[in-house]
Amino acid sequence: MIEFFNEYILVIAILMLSIVIAIIRVILGPTAPDRVVGLDTINTIVISGMVLLGALYQDIIYIDVAIVYALLSFISTLFIAKYLEGGGF
Amino acid sequence: MFEIIIYLLLIIGVFFNLLGSLGLLRFPDVYTRLHAGTKCTTFGSIFLIGSVILLGLKDWYLGSTNGSILAIHAIVALVAILLTNPTGAHAIARAAHKSGVMPINAQVDHLKEDTGGSKKTTEIKKKEAR
Repeated sequence: MIEFFNEYILVIAILMLSIVIAIIRVILGPTAPDRVVGLDTINTIVISGMVLLGALYQDIIYIDVAIVYALLSFISTLFIAKYLEGGGF
Repeated sequence: MFEIIIYLLLIIGVFFNLLGSLGLLRFPDVYTRLHAGTKCTTFGSIFLIGSVILLGLKDWYLGSTNGSILAIHAIVALVAILLTNPTGAHAIARAAHKSGVMPINAQVDHLKEDTGGSKKTTEIKKKEAR
């Protein structure tokens, strides 16, 4: 069992604060590419937070989930960018 | 010794991630926001995952097999981030330019002229050159 105050918990809390700041940009963003940039930033922060959770709980499955999440978020970003460009696929 | 390096990597990584989000909120433009929100976050994630790799290597050195698995999987996650994140940023920038979003205070679009997009701006430029 982990102790209550670990350094990784503090780091993950600050990462959650930066996710909240990026969500403010996603809500405010005047154009569609602004929102896509905010989503891309949130994806990267979530990946690093998942790897830190894997180190915190000493469990490998969190890092495997982070790898799959990275590849799926990359594909979703590419498809949204293709959609914003217009034209055929 | 290992603890100090791990703390240092964690501090650098979380600092750059927070700076990337603040730049995403504060910059005036899609392209500058992309500059802040993608490069700073990738740089910070390198340091955060590097600290996890170092933690796994420390556990491996102290004689635990769980640490080696942690380090190798973290390296794979780091490679996935390093391959996919700049490619996604480039695709977003290309899509933003093609969907007609101009940088703030921009007068002419030199990229469109170079790729032979609109004839009108090039004619105007020729007239100005005379």
